[in-house]
Amino acid sequence: MNQTDRRYRLVRLLCLALMLDAMAGFLSAQALSADAILDRVDRNAVPGTKIIVSEMIVHGRRDSRTIKLKSWIEGGNQAFTEYLYPPREQGIKMLKLGDRLWTYSPATDRIIAIAGHMLRQSVMGSDLSYEDMMENNKLRERYTARVSGEETIAGRPCWILELTASAADVAYQTRKVWVDRERFAVMREERLAKSGRLLKTLEVKSVERIQGRWVQTHMVFKDALKEGTGTEFKIATAEFDVALPAAIFDKASLKK
Amino acid sequence: MIGFLFKGIVRDRGRSLFPFLTVLIGVFLTVVLFCYMKGATSAVTRTNANFQTGHVKVMTRAYARESDQAPNDAGLTDVTRLLQDLGQRFPAYEWAARIRVGGLLDIPDDKGETRTQGPAFGIAADILTPGSREPGRLGLAKGIKRGRLPARAGEILVSDDFARKLGVGPGDTATLISTTAHGSMAMANFTISGTIRFGAIALDRMGFIIDLADARAALDMDNGAGEILGLFVSGVFDRRASDETARLFNEATGGIDKNDFAPTMVPLAGQSNLGQLLDLWGASQTIIILIFLLPMSLVLWNAGLLGSLRRYGEMGVRLAIGEDKGHVYRTLLAESLMIGMLGSVAGTILGLAVSYYLQAHGFDVTSLMKNASMLMPSVLYAQVTPFSYAIGFFPGLVATSIGTAIAGRGIYKRQTARLFKELET
Repeated sequence: MNQTDRRYRLVRLLCLALMLDAMAGFLSAQALSADAILDRVDRNAVPGTKIIVSEMIVHGRRDSRTIKLKSWIEGGNQAFTEYLYPPREQGIKMLKLGDRLWTYSPATDRIIAIAGHMLRQSVMGSDLSYEDMMENNKLRERYTARVSGEETIAGRPCWILELTASAADVAYQTRKVWVDRERFAVMREERLAKSGRLLKTLEVKSVERIQGRWVQTHMVFKDALKEGTGTEFKIATAEFDVALPAAIFDKASLKK
Repeated sequence: MIGFLFKGIVRDRGRSLFPFLTVLIGVFLTVVLFCYMKGATSAVTRTNANFQTGHVKVMTRAYARESDQAPNDAGLTDVTRLLQDLGQRFPAYEWAARIRVGGLLDIPDDKGETRTQGPAFGIAADILTPGSREPGRLGLAKGIKRGRLPARAGEILVSDDFARKLGVGPGDTATLISTTAHGSMAMANFTISGTIRFGAIALDRMGFIIDLADARAALDMDNGAGEILGLFVSGVFDRRASDETARLFNEATGGIDKNDFAPTMVPLAGQSNLGQLLDLWGASQTIIILIFLLPMSLVLWNAGLLGSLRRYGEMGVRLAIGEDKGHVYRTLLAESLMIGMLGSVAGTILGLAVSYYLQAHGFDVTSLMKNASMLMPSVLYAQVTPFSYAIGFFPGLVATSIGTAIAGRGIYKRQTARLFKELET
């Protein structure tokens, strides 16, 4: 076999390998439809109930602040959050019931409904808005999906899902989500306005297996319209499918 | 000669009435417009200086870039020392720390839950320290509609329109929801001590006033401020001096500190497009005179032509009996100057009368200025100055002279040889 033949065979093998790789990707995406992937993402991310103690590190213009909070969450629509640290924020509570949000501040002893343009305000100076907090966590209920490609993020092969809003009351018309093909955990996300303008990004730094679920334990949210390096969100502890205190999702619990 | 011409003007109204009325109307409009623009310039400058811009304003560089949004997270720190420094270096100014507060005013019901709320914009100034000039600067005492001025910490003055919209009055509680200097949610309860009419459109729509110390506590800005306003001790705005002060300050600090949070000084003319407005209105005298000079000249030229036609025979006789063309031309100019003078006097008297009325009563511009980027007074008053008595005479006299000078050229085109033929027919 002369050198030309060997080179020709090598090129053919390379082409075959590339075709097989493309077919494998195509078949795996075909095997699991975009909606099915989204279902699996929701199943992993939204348990029946959960209690989470987390830390939010807000990188401001002048300094960085750490805010500790504890959240009791049921499904995608009910959440109660209490701020534990720093002292100035300690005791502030927030209650989300469906599409309504209230906050309680011990300094004023007032329960305030967060509505209108205030929903777009930043939560504690972070890159997250109240609107972000208000969103139903179940993506499948609000978006239709299509697989637009594949990419490896932090060493993990991911599907790229393009989500388009199917509900009217969503904060972001479209999203681009990188989903771990094995763990069904979101590894990266871009949230866009109707105009196509990038509004928020999410970068997952670490994922851990907790009680059989893949949990993003370190994430960086970035408001694309703001200067700065974004807000880090770290999960200290997470408990899933636990019994929550009775009547915690009641406005009266805000003042307790 | 003058008496002879004057008699001619008075007795032959056909030649003088139309030019007289034209000059009167033009001069009247010139005087009224000049006085009104003069008043508007003063009012806009004063309102913006006292409420928002100062004659100069000190901010951090980061704050200055986004000053429209009042980003308190980029506000000034160690303000006491900065105020002392400014006072020593620039004694021609009074210096006042301010915090602009954006957010919501939330009104509780009996259970302490939200009854109503509305977006609000407020000014925090030192209004409780005895001897502070801030209440006077903000016109608080004269603006009170209901209740009284804040007398202790935790009290708030709310715009009367805004208070009525929220359905609250003196004695009621209002919770301010805003953002601290660190970006956290700030909530603070205030008791409404009174309601006020600011006389500035944006503030009357959604404004409130709180004490600086209350704002510092609510927004976590210990010894901080969003901005420091510098106002001339004389109270009179001097654009050149304020520009120079800002230049000196920035030269000094710019050389030492490159930090984004180092203070920078911006003169009034460098804020909210006020410089352009001042430039435009500063040129208003020239603009107004030109606007009226040109059409008035055209109208009077036309009137002069008509007059010449009507007085064709008269001119012919005067030339035929040996009067010099130049003399005829000069008498026409003298006549027109007298008409211009009479029209200017009458127009100025009428214009000043209307201007004095507008100086006392003003003109409500609320509906016209809803989207103005600067702080606009809701009522603009005219301002009569010594120059107001003279400004009308420029277009009044010049326009009549130009009009007649052009129309009178026909005299020189008349040929003496043809005059007798014309007189025969």
